[in-house]
Amino acid sequence: MSVDMNQFHNVFFEESQEHLQTMEELLLNISTDDPDPEDLNSIFRAAHSIKGGSGIFGFDALTGLTHVMETILDKARNHELDLTTDIVDVLLATTDTLGDILRAYQDETEIDWQQIEEGKAALEAILTSEQEPSAKAESSPAFDNDDDGFGFFDDAPGQPQQDSADDEDDGFGFFDDAPGQPVAAEEEDDGFGFFDDAPGQPVAADSIESHNDSDGKFGFFSEPKPAQPLKDEEAFGFFEQEKPENKSPARTAAAKKPAAKAAAKPAAKGDAGSIRVETNKIDTVVNLVGEMVITQSILSMIGEDVDGNTGEKLTGAIDELSRNIREIQEAVMSMRMIPVSFVFNRFPRLVRDLAKTLDKKIELIIEGGETEVDKSMIEKLADPLTHLVRNSLDHGIEPLEKRLAAGKPEIGTIVLKAEQRGGNILISIKDDGGGLNREKILDKAISNGMDIDPKMPDEEVWQLIFAPGFSTADAVTDVSGRGVGMDVVRRNIEAIQGGIDIVSVGGQGSTFTIKLPLTLAIIDGMCVSVENETYIIPLLNIIESLQPRADQIKTLANDTMLWSRDQYWPLVSLRETMQINATDKRVEDSIIVLVEIGKKRYGIIVDQLLGKQQVVIKSLERHYKKVDGISGATIMGDGKVAMIIDVDNLIKNEQINQVGLA
Amino acid sequence: MNTVSSQDAALAATVGANKEYLTFMLGEEQYGLAIIQVKEIRGYEPVTKIANAPDFIKGVINLRGDIVPIVDLRVKFNVSEATYNEFTIVIMLNVQDRIVGIVVDSVSDVINVTEDEIHPPPEFGVAFDSRYLDGLASVDDGLVILVNIERLITSREIGIFDSMNQQNEGSV
Repeated sequence: MSVDMNQFHNVFFEESQEHLQTMEELLLNISTDDPDPEDLNSIFRAAHSIKGGSGIFGFDALTGLTHVMETILDKARNHELDLTTDIVDVLLATTDTLGDILRAYQDETEIDWQQIEEGKAALEAILTSEQEPSAKAESSPAFDNDDDGFGFFDDAPGQPQQDSADDEDDGFGFFDDAPGQPVAAEEEDDGFGFFDDAPGQPVAADSIESHNDSDGKFGFFSEPKPAQPLKDEEAFGFFEQEKPENKSPARTAAAKKPAAKAAAKPAAKGDAGSIRVETNKIDTVVNLVGEMVITQSILSMIGEDVDGNTGEKLTGAIDELSRNIREIQEAVMSMRMIPVSFVFNRFPRLVRDLAKTLDKKIELIIEGGETEVDKSMIEKLADPLTHLVRNSLDHGIEPLEKRLAAGKPEIGTIVLKAEQRGGNILISIKDDGGGLNREKILDKAISNGMDIDPKMPDEEVWQLIFAPGFSTADAVTDVSGRGVGMDVVRRNIEAIQGGIDIVSVGGQGSTFTIKLPLTLAIIDGMCVSVENETYIIPLLNIIESLQPRADQIKTLANDTMLWSRDQYWPLVSLRETMQINATDKRVEDSIIVLVEIGKKRYGIIVDQLLGKQQVVIKSLERHYKKVDGISGATIMGDGKVAMIIDVDNLIKNEQINQVGLA
Repeated sequence: MNTVSSQDAALAATVGANKEYLTFMLGEEQYGLAIIQVKEIRGYEPVTKIANAPDFIKGVINLRGDIVPIVDLRVKFNVSEATYNEFTIVIMLNVQDRIVGIVVDSVSDVINVTEDEIHPPPEFGVAFDSRYLDGLASVDDGLVILVNIERLITSREIGIFDSMNQQNEGSV
C-alpha cells in the first residue's frame, strides 16, 4: 500500500500551526509557581503531535527540537522539574523556532540548522542544569518508545486500564501517538503498518483493519488527533475531534499511570464536525449568493407582470424562493464570520515581549474575544490593532517610577475589548496610563505648520495625532515614535468602512475605540430616488424620513435648514450634490431623510422613498475610482447600478459647523 | 468575440512580431487597438451617472456583477455626434486588471500587422496626442492609426485610474 504523503503535508502544516498557537497561548498563561497540570498536558500534547507528524513526514528538523521540548515538559508535568520564567522564555523561543522551521518546510526553503541547534542547546541546557541530566535528551527520536505517552499498543495487551478508559468514554489517542513512531512506519514502507502491533486490542484494531482494507488511503494522519474508542459500526468516529469539555476529572487524577496518560492524550481542541474550507471558496459562494439575490429580485419583478392563475402560483413560488435565498444568504454570511480572538490572540505574546523590552509591568486583559467579525475585516484589523496596542504600551503606560509617583498600581493595565453594538462592532484599546498630552500635541501640530485653533475641543485635538508624520514621542524607539503609524492606522480602518474615536483623560489613561460595520458585503438600505436615478442610503444611518412643512424650513445665509426634534438640521440636496440636471423642486415638496454618523447629523433632500432593501455592496474602485459622497454601488432588481451614499462624506464640515453656531 | 479567440490572439501576438488589432471608427478616421486587450464587444445600454465626473465618462454599468465605467471616446476627442441607440458600440477592455468600456462610432475588422509594417505616427491630423499612439499601418483600404489603448485609458487625461498609475505614466 503506497500512500502519497504529499496530500497530507498541508494538513500537517495547518495543524502544526494551530498546535504552536495553542502552546504559545498556554505558555503565556501558565503560572510558574503552580502550573495547572491540564495546561502542561495540553502543551505536551501539542508538542507531541508536532513531533509525531514531523516524524512520519520526515521533517527531522522539527522532530529533534520537539523531542527535547517534550522531555522538559514531561519532567515538568511529573514534578521532576520546576518551571521558571526563564524556562518558559526558552520554550516560547522554541515555539518561534518551530514556527520558522515549519514555514521553511512549507515554502520548501532552506532550513536554518544553526537556529535549530541553538534552540536545542538552549533546551538541553535546562535539562542539564537539573541535578540529574536526562538520558532522554540525548536519545534520538527513533527511540521514543521509552516515552510513556508512546507504545500504547505495545503495552496494551496486559493493561487493565484500557477497560477503564473505555468506560470513561475517553479518547485513546492512539492515532495521535502512532505517527510519532517513525521507525515502525518506515519499516512497513507505508504509514499504517504500526497497527499490526496492536493485536492486544481486538476491538479497536479490528475496526481499524477493516477500515484500512476498505479505504486504505483515508488519512488517519490527516487528523492525527483524538480518537474515540469504537465499535465496528462506528468506524468513522475516530476522525471526529473531541470536545474540550470532555475532560473528566478521573483523567487528571489518573494522569500518572502510563496507560491512563495515553487516554489523556487527545488534543482537546475545536468542536466536533468542523472542516477546513479555503476562504476563496467561501468568497465564491458569497458572490454567487449576491448574484442570486439580484436574479431573485428580477424574477419577482417579472412575476408581478404575470396575470391570472399562473401569476398567483408564480408569485407564491417566488416568495418561497426569496425566503430560501434570504436564509442561504444569512448562512453564507455567517460562514465568513470568525471570532475576533483570531487577532486578539497574538497580543498576549506581543505585550509580554514588549513589556520586557520597555521594562514595564503590564497586564493585558482581553474581553469579548468571541465577538464575530467578517473575515476580510479581521485580516485588515491586525495591523492597526497591533499599532494601537504598541502605542498604548510605549506611550500610554508610564514608566514605573512615574506610575508610583502618581500613586498608581505598579502594574499597568491594557484592556482589549470587542463587542457588538447594534449594527456595529466596537473594538477598544484602553490603558490606564498618562493619557494624551494636549499641550504637546498642539505644540507639535503648530511646529508641523498645521493651522490650529489653540482653543479647539479635546476631541479635535486627539484627532490631530492621525495626521501624517505626527509623533510626540521625545525619542524614536524600536517600538514607536517615528510618526508613520497613526495616519496609517486611520487609513486602514477607514478602508474597511470603520472609524476611530479617542477618549483621553490626563493622568487616567486613554481609550481608542474602533467602530466597524458588521459585514462589508451586504447592508440594509433605503432606496430613494431623484428624478430617474436611484440611490441607497444605509438604513443604519437613518434616523427618520419626513415630509417637511413649510414652517420647518429656515434659510440661513445660503443654506437651508430644517427645524425638527428641537434642533436645526443642515440640509443637503442629493439633486445638487449628485449633479442631476433637472429643475429644482421646492423643499416642501420633497422628502427629507434625517441621517446621523458619528457626531454629524443632517438631512438629505430626495424626491421619493422607494423602499427598504438589502443590497450587496459592490466596489466602485475596482474598475473606476473613489467618488466623493459615494461609498460603493449595488445592482438593483432590474440589473441597473445604483450608488450607495457615503453619509459621512456627503456633507461638508463647514456646513455642519455652521449649524453648531446657529 | 469570445475569450478564446482573444487568448489565441494573445498567443499569436507573443509568438511572432505579428500583432492583431481590432479596428474601429472614430469620426472619419480608422483606429486600431491591440486585440489582446479586448474583453468583449457589446451594445450600448443605459448607464448610471456618476456625480462630478467629466462628461466623457458616461457612467457605470453592471457587467455580470462588476461595476464598470464607460468612457465615450467620441465625446472625449470631440470627433463625432455622440448619439446613443441600438447601434452604438461599446468595446470592453481589460486594462491593468480592470475592465473599462469605451464607446466608439463603429467596429470594423481585425487586422494582422507585422512590426515592420508599423510606421511612426503622424504629428497632426489625429485626435489623440501622439504619446498614446503606437504608429500607423497601411491596410487595403487606407491607413489605420494604432492606439496604445492601455496608455490612453490609464492616462491622467482620462483620469479613471488612481494617482499611482498616473505616476507610472510620468515615468513612461
